Amino acid sequence: MAITFAATPRTRPDVAARPRGRLGRSARRNVTGWAFAGPATLIVVGLSLFPAVWAFFISRTKWNGIAPAVDVGWRNYQRIVQDPDAIAAARHTLVLTLLFVPASILLGMLIAVALNQRIRLIGFYRTCIFVPYVASAAATGILASFVFNPQFGAANEALRRLGLPAQQFLESPGQALLVVCVIALWGEVGFTAVVYLAALQDIPPDLVEAATVDGAGRWRVFRHIILPELRPVTVFVAIWQTITAMQLFDLIYTTTRGGPMNSTQTVVYYIYELAFQTQRLGYGAAVAYLLFAVTMLLTVGVIWYSRRRGSEVF
Amino acid sequence: MVLTSFMTASEINRFPPKFLPSGLHVDGYVTLLAESHIVRWFANTVLVSAIAVTAHLILCSLAGYGFARLKFAGRGVAFLAIIATVMIPIQLLMIPTYLMFARAGIVDTLAAAFVPWLASAFGIFLMRQFFLGLPVELEEAARLDGCGTLRTFVSVVLPLARPALATLAVFTLLSSWNDLLWPLVAISDDSRFTLQVGLASFQGTRRTEWSQLMAGNVIATMPLIVAFLVAQKRFIATMTFTGLKG
Repeated sequence: MAITFAATPRTRPDVAARPRGRLGRSARRNVTGWAFAGPATLIVVGLSLFPAVWAFFISRTKWNGIAPAVDVGWRNYQRIVQDPDAIAAARHTLVLTLLFVPASILLGMLIAVALNQRIRLIGFYRTCIFVPYVASAAATGILASFVFNPQFGAANEALRRLGLPAQQFLESPGQALLVVCVIALWGEVGFTAVVYLAALQDIPPDLVEAATVDGAGRWRVFRHIILPELRPVTVFVAIWQTITAMQLFDLIYTTTRGGPMNSTQTVVYYIYELAFQTQRLGYGAAVAYLLFAVTMLLTVGVIWYSRRRGSEVF
Repeated sequence: MVLTSFMTASEINRFPPKFLPSGLHVDGYVTLLAESHIVRWFANTVLVSAIAVTAHLILCSLAGYGFARLKFAGRGVAFLAIIATVMIPIQLLMIPTYLMFARAGIVDTLAAAFVPWLASAFGIFLMRQFFLGLPVELEEAARLDGCGTLRTFVSVVLPLARPALATLAVFTLLSSWNDLLWPLVAISDDSRFTLQVGLASFQGTRRTEWSQLMAGNVIATMPLIVAFLVAQKRFIATMTFTGLKG
């Protein structure tokens, strides 16, 4: 076999061999390319685009996962508008996002500026900021419910020393969302700080020096040189933290599980409850699709806005 | 947290709270080890994370190199599809993925916990960005010396990519180790829990046993803090790289 195989091309005229060889080469290039990129692409696309399309079909059914699915058209989507739980969840998510995003940007920037100084023990401080980011939400949540425990938590002790009345924190419907936000900030600000720190170190030192020589004070240097230089990072951080806030699940699960009295029930928590606690897969998928649409619109909006302002991030 | 894990129950419940334990009380750890599956959970988590990190390093570096350097039909479309997946929230994918895994019969096994972690759009993107930034001359030299594509990749490109690989490893370790939502959904048998699910389940049933809870917390967090400290410099350096020069 091998001999005939090897012998075949030799018997062909040269003219026919040339285009064939070129075709063979591009085919081989394609095979090599896909051999490299194929496996990872298959996993990523197979575990997201395909399920995403499937989720759309599920969202148009009434289904508990066991009995046959009943096609209900757009009724699940119509229901969301009249569902008080969904509306409350959307409101909680909105409040959380509006509190979390600006606070994490400001805090992150402040910490980064502070950590960018040449002071003693700087490595130690940096580590302290990033450790909460490294710790899991489960660990953070447990620690937080200890600190904010109304009976013996350190938070109430701190209030007592300041002469303020004790609070119920996570057990009060009026405060729980705010406390969750504070805990989320504690856990996530490390990320913002790292990104800003990296950006600060990227600012050319001569820029700052030149301004100082020209007589600008520290505040003016910050206001007119550092802040504009940081703008692209801010856009990136804003998008990233908005997505983080809108999809905050782990922390809510480990601190309040949506309570007390649904006061920390967010959209993602509501989806989890619908799909995996009460087995309403179709309705859950519809709510998830709406969340997807909102996230995408927001992201596209921020990118469009920042492009128009002339800062290139993506 | 570490301090609380060494306190006795009565010390914890005191008001005003004390910050230092009166001695090293290891009751929390002892009871935890004796009465729960925590050792099992730890082993499960180590296994899941090890598979996730290894698979990420291999698959994402291969794909990143493919997208950065090799020219093949469908490259643009495939890369665009991967980038598009970043916008899809996990909550949307959870329901169909659960059904898919249930049909494949891997729900409630450790495979369910690691399959979604084998590769990620983020990893592919990170590696591609890195390879795009490498000078081509070295690869061309290897080519001229007669190396095939795979050989060039393994013996010339990969050694240069060590910093990017280290970052990818830390990121993957961080997120697979800390993943709560997906294993929570996919695994219900408590001997197959990962640490995070185990800890969260603990919280519901043993709300008052703070020393045990904190001991569990310490056990779950320490490995990551150590990994982070080891990779800290690189981690911070690559943050710039991924976030800003992307």
